[in-house]
Amino acid sequence: MAKKPVSFILNGTETGIFVEEGGNLLEALRRGAGDLSPKYGCGQGGCGACTVLIDGEPHLSCLTLAETVEGRRVETARGISNGAELHPLQETFMEGFAAQCGYCSPGMLVAAKALLDKNPRPSRNEVIDAISGNLCRCTGYEPIVDAILQAAARLQGRVA
Amino acid sequence: MTQVQTIAHLTDAANVTGAFLGGGTLLMRDVNYAAHTIPTLIRITDPMMREVRTEGDRLWIGAGMTMASVVAHRDLEALKSAALAIGGPAVRNMATIGGNLFAPHPYGDFTVALLALDAKVHFANGRESDLETFLRGRDQNRELVTAVSIQRISGADFRFKKVTRTKPKGVSVLSIAAHLEAPGGRVTTARIAFGAMGPTPLRAKATETALRGASLDEGGITPALNAVLTDLEPADDPLASAWYRRTVAPIHLKRLLLERR
Repeated sequence: MAKKPVSFILNGTETGIFVEEGGNLLEALRRGAGDLSPKYGCGQGGCGACTVLIDGEPHLSCLTLAETVEGRRVETARGISNGAELHPLQETFMEGFAAQCGYCSPGMLVAAKALLDKNPRPSRNEVIDAISGNLCRCTGYEPIVDAILQAAARLQGRVA
Repeated sequence: MTQVQTIAHLTDAANVTGAFLGGGTLLMRDVNYAAHTIPTLIRITDPMMREVRTEGDRLWIGAGMTMASVVAHRDLEALKSAALAIGGPAVRNMATIGGNLFAPHPYGDFTVALLALDAKVHFANGRESDLETFLRGRDQNRELVTAVSIQRISGADFRFKKVTRTKPKGVSVLSIAAHLEAPGGRVTTARIAFGAMGPTPLRAKATETALRGASLDEGGITPALNAVLTDLEPADDPLASAWYRRTVAPIHLKRLLLERR
């Protein structure tokens, strides 16, 4: 079966890969583009571990047909740091023990980034809603919500 | 292996066979888990699938509109609460109105809202069907839905409630949508629909009849609350037993009807 060429912007870099017909974006990112940050959790949209941003909006990459990202902008957790300099969300996740096993973290981070890009001063409930599609079986969510609120404050220069 | 056929114009979609892909939130699960059951995926890219327009007293909404685009559209204010009840943010960015029409139990809460709004389903060949009739034959239907149209109503006359075990995002124990017009507190128009209370979303017709002419207070709605159980045919599923659903349905209906507006 012929593979299809797809080109898109992955974390700011023009990327061209061949995808399986009917293949999902998660497989394409992990196997085709070598970006292992989005995770395979359930393969049915229940867990959010595969969340990536497409044109700035969270999408479940395991349920996205790979070829539909042609010409679009895809961001994964791997792309949110600036080289070796971590994104404030990554810092606050690390400092606040918002990651334990770490499997949900890439999805949580991009879901949180999508929120903060649109809404720099979210309420606690807005944070809870933003990550409501992402399951975490370790932390009980509170440290994650705290970390996102703290990162929002840091991005605004409200706290050092 | 699933083949993908991309179709740019609705008119070209008439003669293709396969599974029409909306947002993928249901269909791609089958592709991931049992690709052999979905030999051909058909993707329609025609922008007409994402249009909202007014025609007479009805509002036409493209079947390719996502839940997030419904939430953001100023003409669709009445449907906002129902669109926000679907999934988390990522699912809402993907899931479409057209897909929700075909979503099996316990999904399809948006269709419950459409049912209370007297929706019609419009197909690629120009045929239309009222939503209730469509739902009865849904599982055999292979046609491409291009749009739904609803009565234009004031958001104040529409109520929606989804009951879940987990907050803010969970699968339906039940959902209720009500289009109620009650000038001076007395009901003149009542269309009530339930989700997760049967194989498809369903109209609660005995409840509607009992509500007409009733006053929207505890005494006035009692006959409707007694009638509602005859309208429902819930099944047991991992979220709730049929017994539980029947027990709580009148309670949630009561809260919805007495909600202060």
